[in-house]
Amino acid sequence: MKAETFNTKRKAAKVNFGMRILCILLLMLSMVARADTNMAVIPQGVYHPLIRSSTDSAEIPVKVFDLDVFPVSNHDFLAFVRANPRWQRSQVSRLFADESYLKNWAGDLELGSNAPANAPVVYVSWFAAKAYAQWQGKRLPTVAEWEYAAIASATQANGENDPAFKNEVLSWYAESTATEFLPVNGGMPNLYGVRNLHGLIWEWTADFNSALIGGDSGSGLDGRLFCGASAQNSQNVDDYPAFMRYAFRSSLKADYCVHNLGFRCAKDLSK
Amino acid sequence: MTIVKNIGMAAVLLAFAAADPVTARDQPLPEITGQENAVLAEAPNVPPTIMRKHATKVVIHLEVKEITKRLADGVQYTFWTFGGNVPGSFIRIREGDLVEFHLHNNQNNKMPHNIDLHAVSGPGGGAGASFTAPGHSSQFSFRALNPGLYVYHCATAPVGMHIANGMYGLILVEPKEGLPPVDREFYVMQGEFYTAGKFGDGGLQSFDMDKAVDERPPYVVFNGAVGALAGSNALTAEVGEKIRIFVGNGGPNLDSSFHVIGNIFDTVYEDGGTTPMHNVQTVLIPAGGSAIVEFQPKVPGAYSFVDHSIFRAFNKGAMGTLNVTGEANPLVFTGKQSDTLFAGSAITNILATTPSGLIAPTTPAKSDPVAPGSPSQQQMDNGRAVFNQICYVCHQSNGLGVPNQIPPLAGSDFLKNSAVDAIHTVIQGRTGQIVVNGQTYNATMVPQGYLSDQQISDVLTFVRNNWGNKGEVITASQVHAARQDPIANSAVPKQSSFE
Repeated sequence: MKAETFNTKRKAAKVNFGMRILCILLLMLSMVARADTNMAVIPQGVYHPLIRSSTDSAEIPVKVFDLDVFPVSNHDFLAFVRANPRWQRSQVSRLFADESYLKNWAGDLELGSNAPANAPVVYVSWFAAKAYAQWQGKRLPTVAEWEYAAIASATQANGENDPAFKNEVLSWYAESTATEFLPVNGGMPNLYGVRNLHGLIWEWTADFNSALIGGDSGSGLDGRLFCGASAQNSQNVDDYPAFMRYAFRSSLKADYCVHNLGFRCAKDLSK
Repeated sequence: MTIVKNIGMAAVLLAFAAADPVTARDQPLPEITGQENAVLAEAPNVPPTIMRKHATKVVIHLEVKEITKRLADGVQYTFWTFGGNVPGSFIRIREGDLVEFHLHNNQNNKMPHNIDLHAVSGPGGGAGASFTAPGHSSQFSFRALNPGLYVYHCATAPVGMHIANGMYGLILVEPKEGLPPVDREFYVMQGEFYTAGKFGDGGLQSFDMDKAVDERPPYVVFNGAVGALAGSNALTAEVGEKIRIFVGNGGPNLDSSFHVIGNIFDTVYEDGGTTPMHNVQTVLIPAGGSAIVEFQPKVPGAYSFVDHSIFRAFNKGAMGTLNVTGEANPLVFTGKQSDTLFAGSAITNILATTPSGLIAPTTPAKSDPVAPGSPSQQQMDNGRAVFNQICYVCHQSNGLGVPNQIPPLAGSDFLKNSAVDAIHTVIQGRTGQIVVNGQTYNATMVPQGYLSDQQISDVLTFVRNNWGNKGEVITASQVHAARQDPIANSAVPKQSSFE
């Protein structure tokens, strides 16, 4: 099982390497500006959702996909709003981003001291994140994909039962919110080479609330997430970090812009 | 079949409802008059008593803040709080009030939060209705149907961690008729903290999930920190004041055995309900429960309150202090009256009360100071009184002592032969070997020098002239003289060896 994962990883790495070469060639030849070399291959596998109803599947297959190694930075996002003026702070529709949208930026096209270029972009709505991904020719990862990639520790595909890994993840919550975010390209790579899935920011996913919200504060939400009920429907009642991510995601609406919520992109690994 | 069953059940429910006139749903909701903003208070303070006699609309704003603060000296912890402190702000409303609740989640918080108020009749106690992302606010309303003291807490998954990080507080729904007036009210809430380090390990401590699951908290504290209610932060009151403490237990895991050392609760409203209990020593407060305790300190002093699961008080921080000032009242409590040496278990009651307690003051014998050959009845009676309070414990009422352990007084040659030795033995005590009637004893007699000269002369005269003994009278002046001339006998025990 382990060997298989390892082989898959090596294979994946080869594929990734090949893609990088290809990209560099493309870049050199056709001057296509958007490089996606900073993506890692996440091998196919199975994700066991933390919280599910009796009708939800206990196992969700995850196909092989590419995931950004780093969260999207302010620098990255600035390029996006420059190219897409309707996503600039003064232009954006209130339907697609609330009043906090990019509020740590100095201006429409100016980052300023509160938004270092290499820090993760935050105060972005789901709509904005989705638009960015599309502009990049990518998409947002699903909850299943994100969680599947994030469960990997530095050495194991499933770090769930590794206390050291879990404590490291939990330690983020021991600190109050940092006034300044670390650069997106810091941190240690996990098994797949992906960084900062934990310990920097929360991240949007494509289906951030579909697993939980059955209506506006309706039965789906109340029944599954609060108090003891969340444990009744849970696969692993010990996975506190996962509970927190689920809780966080389900507190969101697509126009919300939050100070510690950013995103990264995913991409199908096409044949 | 199902329909029939349902109809049957409905009938039963209807009958039940009709038979129970106090069911809240049967009562018409009181009319709402006016509107006001709730006055919140930070522990150990309590908002003022509600004076209005009608239900109103109360608007409450409560902000969740995640902040790093002191858990113990040199120990920091990132608390998740309702209002900035642990426990959360105290909310005081009146039975029948309509509450418009606004929960604000500070924009710098990491986590989504919500609130489950046990005072709410409705799903989740408001948990779903108040679920709020960082930088957002939620609003919901509820009617305070049931009077009582209720816990509120965050109920966002993983709920244990939110509570373990300090997300709990109390909401008092005052009964329509109000609470009896008291002189002082305080707000105390217990909770335990599951730090990665041990009790006292310094620095910023993170939450330890394994300890929480195993219910092994390094910290059990009142009001969010070790010493939050001690030293300069101790509660204060005057002798004779009526004190009411609203006590909550946030848990998340442990029940509290709340006890104020040296006070008896005159009244306890168990779990914050409305039926009073009287004369209670320790009140059990479940996690997620509360109690209202009332008492009246009678004498001044520093009163500790503890979780009487006492290792928590001694080793984990579950201790606070109520400093009471005012006039002492020895009729209720004397303070320490004596401290003497002690050499045997059976003597406890006697020593604890001598010399100012139970021994009747002796009337000077008429024959003193010049004693004729035989003692007066008065001196014998006085001596017997002293003997029966003290000496009998070892030497026995019949004066025969205990074979091989305590030498006899009845027929004792030692006692007969030397009055001076006897006097010194009573004043200074005696230890080591002693030969009485040819038998060797090796025992210790503790000094009884606290007795007056007269008492010693009386008791020695008594033992030398009782049980068939015949000896000369011993006078107070002989005893006095012996005190001035102590024997340098290495066999006499040193007092310090008992201290």
